[in-house]
Amino acid sequence: MSGAEFVPLSLTPLLIGVFAAIGCALPGNFLVLRRQALIGDAISHVVLPGIVLAFLVTGAITTWPMMIGAGGAALLSVLLIEAIRRLGRIEPGAAMGVVFTTMFAGGVLLLERTDTSSVHLDVEHALMGNLESLIWLDARGWGSLLDPVALAGLPPELTRMALTCLGVAAFIRLFWRPLKISTFDEGFAQVIGMRTGLIGISLVGVSAMAAVAAFDAVGSIIVIAMFICPPAAARLMTNRLAAQVGWSVAFATFAAVLGYVLAGYGPLWLGARDSVSAAGMIATVSGLILAVAALFGPARGGQQA
Amino acid sequence: MLWQALTLQLGYNATLVAIGAMLLGIAAGVSGSFLFLRRRALVSDAISHATLPGVGLAFILMVALGGEGRNLAGLLAGSAISAAVGLLCVQWLTRNTRLAEDSAIGAVLSVFFGFGIVLLTVIQTMQAGRQAGLDSLLLGATAGMLRSDAILIAAGGALTLVLTLILRRPMIMVAFDEDYAAARGLNVRQVDLATMALVLAVTVVGLKIVGLILIVALLIIPPVTARFWTDRTARLWLLSGVIGGLSAYTGAAISASAPQLPTGPIIVLTSFALFVLSLAFAPGRGVLAAVLRHAAFQRRVHMRQGLLALAQGQPIYERYTIRLLRRAGLARADGVATEAGRARAAKALLDENRWDILRAMPDHEAAAALYDGMRPIETVVTKDQLTEIDARLPAPREVTA
Amino acid sequence: MKPISIAATAPHAEAGPQPPLSIRGMTVSYGQSPVVFSVDAAFPEGSMTAIIGPNGAGKSTLLKATLGILRPLSGTVTVHARPLNDQRHRIAYVPQRASVDWDFPTTVLDVVLMGLSRELGLLWPVRSRHRQKVLDCLARVGMAEFADRQIGQLSGGQQQRVFLARALAQDADLYVLDEPFAGVDAATEKAIIAVLKTLKAEGKTVIAVHHDLSTVVDYFDRVLILNIRKIAEGTVAEAFTETNLQAAYGGRLATAQMGALG
Repeated sequence: MSGAEFVPLSLTPLLIGVFAAIGCALPGNFLVLRRQALIGDAISHVVLPGIVLAFLVTGAITTWPMMIGAGGAALLSVLLIEAIRRLGRIEPGAAMGVVFTTMFAGGVLLLERTDTSSVHLDVEHALMGNLESLIWLDARGWGSLLDPVALAGLPPELTRMALTCLGVAAFIRLFWRPLKISTFDEGFAQVIGMRTGLIGISLVGVSAMAAVAAFDAVGSIIVIAMFICPPAAARLMTNRLAAQVGWSVAFATFAAVLGYVLAGYGPLWLGARDSVSAAGMIATVSGLILAVAALFGPARGGQQA
Repeated sequence: MLWQALTLQLGYNATLVAIGAMLLGIAAGVSGSFLFLRRRALVSDAISHATLPGVGLAFILMVALGGEGRNLAGLLAGSAISAAVGLLCVQWLTRNTRLAEDSAIGAVLSVFFGFGIVLLTVIQTMQAGRQAGLDSLLLGATAGMLRSDAILIAAGGALTLVLTLILRRPMIMVAFDEDYAAARGLNVRQVDLATMALVLAVTVVGLKIVGLILIVALLIIPPVTARFWTDRTARLWLLSGVIGGLSAYTGAAISASAPQLPTGPIIVLTSFALFVLSLAFAPGRGVLAAVLRHAAFQRRVHMRQGLLALAQGQPIYERYTIRLLRRAGLARADGVATEAGRARAAKALLDENRWDILRAMPDHEAAAALYDGMRPIETVVTKDQLTEIDARLPAPREVTA
Repeated sequence: MKPISIAATAPHAEAGPQPPLSIRGMTVSYGQSPVVFSVDAAFPEGSMTAIIGPNGAGKSTLLKATLGILRPLSGTVTVHARPLNDQRHRIAYVPQRASVDWDFPTTVLDVVLMGLSRELGLLWPVRSRHRQKVLDCLARVGMAEFADRQIGQLSGGQQQRVFLARALAQDADLYVLDEPFAGVDAATEKAIIAVLKTLKAEGKTVIAVHHDLSTVVDYFDRVLILNIRKIAEGTVAEAFTETNLQAAYGGRLATAQMGALG
């Protein structure tokens, strides 16, 4: 395929998919090790009421209010889970189940009772995102990468997702040691004076930020899949944390690229006319990667204590 | 309108749906309580999301065979198969790799759901798929339902409930004490599997009513709510079933009473309302009760510690302790005991000394184990024993209180 | 209401050198019953104290509350007469081995490096002198050749030694160990006690939760006997008496263990 076709139609969705995948997989490594993998699941469900509320308040589909609504809902859900867990002495899994289903139900109800016929706001969009539509109309080919006029027409999702991904990576790099120590041995971390509660909340906060930014661009399925599948597969490849994070980034990138390509061109190769959901396909590929790692990964076996 | 709905006067379909929902709610509450007790509540999340590819494949298959893709029975059969595969994947990953169950659940639910979405986009491009309405299984939709579907739901709800009731005894035993159940000859793995099968049945029957994303709520919220009212396994499942049935019935009725009130979300929000009430006001485990109890307890601890310090002439370091003693008229602001304070302090010290003796007496181990620093000794020993203990006190003491 | 500074006016305000660790009025509860009640204790400099008591006596709970891992219902802790939070760098803590997930993807070297967190901060690179220090600490516990081993591959005793090496790397002067001898082999027990005795000889203060009454006299010079309340505290000669043990353990004190008192 020529650059004239690839750059405007596929380059930006591909890059957005890759940034979203990496941005979620990075904190996912720590969530998986902390047995908090399902936080990503919870966050991606509660984003719906957040954006519906934002729509009700502003009356329009605009990015920033929606991101703020989604972020606020994510924050609220984390606080609620923690409150129910502590106050009701309920195990974290059940507390999470109560909160995210309720908030999602609230979102669906709000959506049903709101007239959204004039705008593109529905549950399916929230789930599947719309990666395929994030094209770069001003591009004419590879040369456009150096053309300031064309660059100004890049979809804003790309910049946002790239910056988020960068922010997440910076957070992980900067707080690598506290994250590692408090994940491995919380008691020790507290005794040497680390604020383990704050570290835990920051990790969830950064994950929520990545989830919200990614959700806006690619829908919530990729978010859940990327929080868990690449880190889980990476965990089965190595026994070093740094190497695990490296593997997870590689897996996330691979899943995003292959998933996007398969969704766009796979059906054509099979003789069908239309493409299938890129978000769904990226999640599927990440699952296949995990399956392969679970069958053949050099560090797949657990410790036999 | 709502009253009519609650009393089943909104027509045949709505009645069937409300009854089916209630039966399903009870079954979900009961089987969910066993998941909850085994601390595996979120396995249901993986199961429910894993139904989607089965729905899609069943649709494609039925159309390919020249049939009607929307046949609910066929779709539900497909969803059951793929949910079972998803469940097996969770179990395989947990057992054969080092991954923890939460990662396995998250991986399975996202991947299966993602693949399901891929299939849905395939179906949308099929000629027969234009109006497939499969998204009604995502969120549930009972409005304008076919008569045969309503019957299917009512029958499915009833069947699930009967199965749950039949299987409840072994499930209670395993949930209550796994080792004991195994010792009694129960196959714990099979019982767990049966629990999962029930959860799966609930999920599949519930797809059309509440949808696959929200069915999890019916399995989780009722047992969590019931937990606030009882500490006993044997009552938890019953209470959970009642709460589940009540939420589902009320929710279905409310939803039938007006347009734009989708059944699934209304049922979930109804059960959440019951949950919030329980969280706040249940006696024992409720938040209000716990806060009051903790404050009272902390007061007692500080009081006792303060009195003991006074009795032994030690300084009191904590301001809260001094404030309490002052308020009770037992000490002055500088931490010196008042007349009444000295009497109470002497009594507290006597109590402690008596406990010391009791705890050193080998034949009173059971009573001694009740020591928690605050319990008056008179409440755990008889008068005669107390005389025996006092006889061993190091020196005779004057008790002024 | 005017705040009252009790400590300043306290009749018993201690004179002389302040102990490395002192606990006053510590009460901890899980739910509605205290597991540690109103415990006062002081650990003098250069001493080696065993905290003993029956199961459920609150030994580990007392340590965790003292170090701020658990929140006590009441109680104050001072380290060299100053609040705990200013003095954390002077404390090395060895948690119970079972408290962490040994399946965590990391190596022995990395775990011991955690002891240098203060020095390394967030981003300073690990230099060869850090590496050398870690290897030295590992050598002191006889684990030098295991530096690159994945921690999941260690035996229980080896895991315990790695934790001790991490504490050594902290260069603290107060060592707090939670059941360092639980489930370890005899060689490890010997190695650990040798290291602890060296620390004591260097003037450091050692506190350990201990289970085996038969080795108290050989290993430690002080005991804190606990059963929810403090039963006794003092040198082994003063406090490790049959009466005190009877008071703590009651009927649970096996005759075999009494024999150890000799």
